Amino acid sequence: MSDTGPLRELPLRHMHEEAGARFAPFAGWSMPVSYSLGVMKEHLHTREQAGLFDISHMRLIRISGPDAATLVARASPLEAESQAIGASKYTFLLNEDAGIIDDLIVTRLAADRFMVVANASRAAIDEAQLRCLASGLNVQIEPLDRVFLALQGPQAAEVMKDSGIETHGLTFMHGLETGDGWFLTRSGYTGEDGFEIALPASDAETLAGKLLADERVEWIGLAARDSLRLEAGLCLYGNDLDEQTDPASAGLVWAIPKPLRGGGGYAGAEKLAEIISAGPRKKRVGLQPEGRQPVRDGATLTDPNGKAIGRVTSGGFGPSVGHPVAMGYVPPDLAEPGTAVQADVRGKPVAMKIVKLPFITKRSKG
Amino acid sequence: MSAVSKTYYTEDHEWIRVENGVATVGITEYAQEQLGDLVFVELPEPGATVSKGDAIVVVESVKVASDVYAPADGDIKSVNDALSSEPGLVNSSAEKDGWLWTMALSDESQLEGLMDKSAYQTTVDQG
Repeated sequence: MSDTGPLRELPLRHMHEEAGARFAPFAGWSMPVSYSLGVMKEHLHTREQAGLFDISHMRLIRISGPDAATLVARASPLEAESQAIGASKYTFLLNEDAGIIDDLIVTRLAADRFMVVANASRAAIDEAQLRCLASGLNVQIEPLDRVFLALQGPQAAEVMKDSGIETHGLTFMHGLETGDGWFLTRSGYTGEDGFEIALPASDAETLAGKLLADERVEWIGLAARDSLRLEAGLCLYGNDLDEQTDPASAGLVWAIPKPLRGGGGYAGAEKLAEIISAGPRKKRVGLQPEGRQPVRDGATLTDPNGKAIGRVTSGGFGPSVGHPVAMGYVPPDLAEPGTAVQADVRGKPVAMKIVKLPFITKRSKG
Repeated sequence: MSAVSKTYYTEDHEWIRVENGVATVGITEYAQEQLGDLVFVELPEPGATVSKGDAIVVVESVKVASDVYAPADGDIKSVNDALSSEPGLVNSSAEKDGWLWTMALSDESQLEGLMDKSAYQTTVDQG
């Protein structure tokens, strides 16, 4: 990721402009941050009806060939050989210290084919890691150039149906290749039911137009995507996850099949098994400020005596819950819900308490 | 407003309305549009002495916190308490009911050189 080079433009930029989008740089792309509805209404609209997100900055990487499953099993703590065709798994790439290089969704497309969805800011590093682990294997690693759209919200499935888009009976955390260059999954990053659709740019405008013709659908920008995922307790790479943070600290051991928690053939397995066995030294927690003031990422957390204990990694306002919400890391003995802590906001202490995640009741099932 | 009031605009997208040496300060319609829905406004203590350029107020939208600066030296006289329960007033009425604070100016001449409404509008239109 480069902060200095020219920004990449989305293929559907003109559609966003017509919808009154405000753009800002994100991970090397000029991305729609919000539209004329505004963040608050966009967020609420997604929870009530259906929101359409352009997430074409996310990177799809296809792994194919006789050794595709072997490569996935080397790269991530997944039982790739036995992963059902059509199943999508939330997983990671780990470094040798079990630090998270990236968090991913890996879908098995066929016996010899997997699709990886990677974060924009980490895609180049992910690809290099995959190529390094592929040494000696018979696999192709192909980054794909696609428009990537997400339709999220309780009405998403009905909208797909009424728009005549076949969803092949997909249930949450399943996906498939549906046509010439199309990849469809039932998944998302909002805590709602929904779909993610990758397709060639030449087909994208027609699809987006079809979805937007439904009055239940509005464009939703990155700002609401962030508040939606935060309310749902989902991690943002670069904020809540990084190479100094392991899956046990991040509370993501649920994503690792039990037989692989004590070790395995994937990168970082040995160190991760040690950490799981000894217990992590920090834990990701939900945090709720006592008042109305948002506490944002980077704020230092202290105990009631002012001793530094951790840091807020994501924070803002939760439009659906109607109060500020945050996540951060604290020592395990202070991670119990109900524990009182303080955050330093511009030199002033703000009272917070540890709360259970997520902040909302998730409607996504998976 | 009385005939003696005058409104100035800053490059930081604040408006300052001055009457009898007392300035009322807020953010412009353009600024509230850029920020989006406000969820919190951190206001100063009345009585505080401030200098031109000090960050006096923090306005927080869903996504970001932004500073609002003192346009001149002076003493804070009052703050808009309605904003603690209804920060959205800044969105719905940025240049009227959504005012932020009033201050007694030490030296009104510090405001000379700020823009009037039409000059400000020109800078906004030019992006």
